[in-house]
Amino acid sequence: MAMLEVNDIHTYYGNIHALKGISITVEEGEIVTLIGANGAGKTTTLRTISGLLKPRQGNVTLWGEDIVQYAAHEVVFQGVAMVPEGRGVFAKLSVKENLEMGAYSRKAGSGIRQDMDRMFALFPRLEERIGQLAGTLSGGEQQMVATARALMARPKLLLMDEPSMGLAPILVDGIFDTIKEINQEGTTVLLVEQNALMALSIANRGYVLQTGEVVISDSAENLKVNETVQKAYLGID
Amino acid sequence: MEEKTYTWRDLINYGLLGSVVTLYFGMIGMLELFDERILITPFLSLGDVLLFSGVIGIVFFAVNKFASSLNEAFKVGAVVGAVSAIFPIVLSFIATSELIAEQFVIRDVFVSVTDRLVEIYNFGLEPIVGSLVLIVAFAIVGVLTALFIKTDPKIERPLLMGIVLTLGIGLFSENVTQILGNLPAGIGRSISRLLFTNKALTIVSALIIFLLTAGITYWRMRRPTTGESRGFNFSFEDISNRGLNRAQMIQLAIVAVVLLLLPWMVGSFLSQVLFNVGLFILMGLGLNIVVGYAGLLDLGYVAFFAFGAYTMGILTTATSLNPGLGLNFWTALPFAILIAVMFGIILGVPVLNMRGDYLAIVTLGFGEIIRILALSDWLAPVMGGAQGVLKIAKPVFFGVEMGSPETMYYMVLAGSLLVGFVAIRLRDSRLGRQWMAMREDEDVAEAMGINLVQTKLMAFAIGAAFSGLAGAIFSARVNNIFPHSFNLLISINALSLIIVGGIGSIPGVIIGALVLVGLPELLREFSEYRLLMYGILLIVMMLVRPEGFIPAEIYKRELRADEETETEIEAQVTSS
Ligand SMILES: Nc1ncnc2c1ncn2[C@@H]1O[C@H](COP(=O)(O)OP(=O)(O)O)[C@@H](O)[C@H]1O
Ligand SMILES: [Mg+2]
Repeated sequence: MAMLEVNDIHTYYGNIHALKGISITVEEGEIVTLIGANGAGKTTTLRTISGLLKPRQGNVTLWGEDIVQYAAHEVVFQGVAMVPEGRGVFAKLSVKENLEMGAYSRKAGSGIRQDMDRMFALFPRLEERIGQLAGTLSGGEQQMVATARALMARPKLLLMDEPSMGLAPILVDGIFDTIKEINQEGTTVLLVEQNALMALSIANRGYVLQTGEVVISDSAENLKVNETVQKAYLGID
Repeated sequence: MEEKTYTWRDLINYGLLGSVVTLYFGMIGMLELFDERILITPFLSLGDVLLFSGVIGIVFFAVNKFASSLNEAFKVGAVVGAVSAIFPIVLSFIATSELIAEQFVIRDVFVSVTDRLVEIYNFGLEPIVGSLVLIVAFAIVGVLTALFIKTDPKIERPLLMGIVLTLGIGLFSENVTQILGNLPAGIGRSISRLLFTNKALTIVSALIIFLLTAGITYWRMRRPTTGESRGFNFSFEDISNRGLNRAQMIQLAIVAVVLLLLPWMVGSFLSQVLFNVGLFILMGLGLNIVVGYAGLLDLGYVAFFAFGAYTMGILTTATSLNPGLGLNFWTALPFAILIAVMFGIILGVPVLNMRGDYLAIVTLGFGEIIRILALSDWLAPVMGGAQGVLKIAKPVFFGVEMGSPETMYYMVLAGSLLVGFVAIRLRDSRLGRQWMAMREDEDVAEAMGINLVQTKLMAFAIGAAFSGLAGAIFSARVNNIFPHSFNLLISINALSLIIVGGIGSIPGVIIGALVLVGLPELLREFSEYRLLMYGILLIVMMLVRPEGFIPAEIYKRELRADEETETEIEAQVTSS
């Protein structure tokens, strides 16, 4: 049984038909990436999986259990955490408080200290800035806070929405290294990216989205040499 | 630091602004009325303070905006101050000139332009001499204000404290006399005879009070300030972790004794004032949870006050007009709170998906709907319509009937302590953090596993409970309630006091209630201008200290963070 199965979901914003039957599978331990142009429906897909949006049709299962029935805050308890697009840190809370907020879905006190230390091992920068307000951090540091905060929930599946957006190229490498590291430590990752080349270089498999539909799905190696993908997303003619 | 540039025009503009303010206070009759209250015999009245307040205010803004050095401040203060005299001078010439009087009489249009007003503007002198004196006086006050802003806070603070306390005692001489009169063995009466003549301070006593206050403040500021001994500073964690140290214990004991004896020290009238302040503290603490903690702007908060009051009234009334159950206060109290909570949730559900302005407008509507329903004939059989609910029971406590302001004071005191305790615990609880996250970003909070529906409804429910408690106590105090007691102004008052005190801050609620509820009660004779002063206070607060008198930690950080980012941006801009 696949860890996550998204079966033919249709999601709307009012009358706007944003997802027109998307199907995706993610196996445990994988990094799977969704690539596609702006407005293709990548964010909408993640928001539907995490319960922030409800599909009008189709279902989402985690270990075979339908999670569409759950509200967003309940999905977190099922082991799915999200790093939202544009980072979405609590700007007026300190780094430490942001991380504590991430452990919110867990029983109070159980290993939060150790987890926080793990996060500081993963992101040493954050330990230096532990008392600083998240809103005053640089873009890269905010991305670290958002990622660490999501990991504090000890998710089985981590949804990441364009972690490289707006970051200097030199920081992007670091972010992708970290994603690989997180994955190696046992967290399955569903990664949304516009930076297709980078995403494909760390992912096992990928899906290409276009106006609310999956147009190609293949292994990362194959996608990298796929002509359409090269033309549209990798900037290779 | 960047050089502040300005032109003569800027200064004149500011001066004209000050002039308009000074003129306005006169034209609406405020100066003349305030002039009747003497603060220090024989020369300083409240009217004089008001006359100069426009200049002081405008020079304050001008100096902060334009002057970086002391010399500049001197110049800005003098020019802005002198220019501020223009319109009052023009007015007094118009009013006194025989030539103009033949054409038209200014009093026919502006009824407040009396001979007395002209006298105030001219210090009782001939128009020409008086005008010169006014210019010089305003310039001097402007310069003094400017110097004051530029002095070391080490000197500024004691001076300010001295001035405020001296003028305060002069202003509230009657209340002070009354409090002193309650001291045993007539000591108080002799003291007040020494302090006051004709309900005002004498020059000597004013000087003594000023010097004492300034001296004590200065001495206290000079002492090395270790975090512990400084001021009145309790945090809940500290107390539960370390217990209280000796000094804190003594402080706490003194405060407790004073709070307990207060109504007997201040007498009946001031007890009633304290009672009203306490009611608004109760409401403020509740609204603070909704607005300050959870970030939900609720303008219909009076509705829950009304639910508490009406439930108490209907359950305990002894008349046959309303189908009273004749319960006693204590039995009815839990129901009053429960009904308020219930409606907190019922009115909360429809607004779950609303934010910001929409939420404010809809809750505003709810508040009015509740008041109109209470007034309606349809519900008159239960709620009494325009007649209201009469003869509401007074609480009986161990056989003692409470009804006087002094005894009811204890009721709000107990209520405030309880509610304050609950508010502190909530703030530091899991729920408190949920509110904080929700206020910051609803989507992220939800993605973090926070149940928004539950979290919002909890805020509405707890806020309503506090307000309902206040309402119940209110109706037991006044014994008769009418729909018009529950108007929009109560919601606005409660909201203003938490903004002025500092959103999200518990001590802020107390200060806010004292300033916005207590002061107006003491200054009843000027109640005509109450809303004007209220408005001025709010505007000045927002300009000078938007975070409130005692800001909550998180909002303080927010403002500081904004400054930090600004300077960071500036640094980047200048370095590139
Ligand atoms: N809040 C919204 N309201 C209405 N339409 C939206 C909203 N968010 C996204 N859309 C529309 O849904 C489509 C998919 O958007 P999105 O999932 O954000 O794309 P991506 O993340 O791939 O850039 C786009 O056409 C977009 O305009
Ligand atoms: Mg997107």
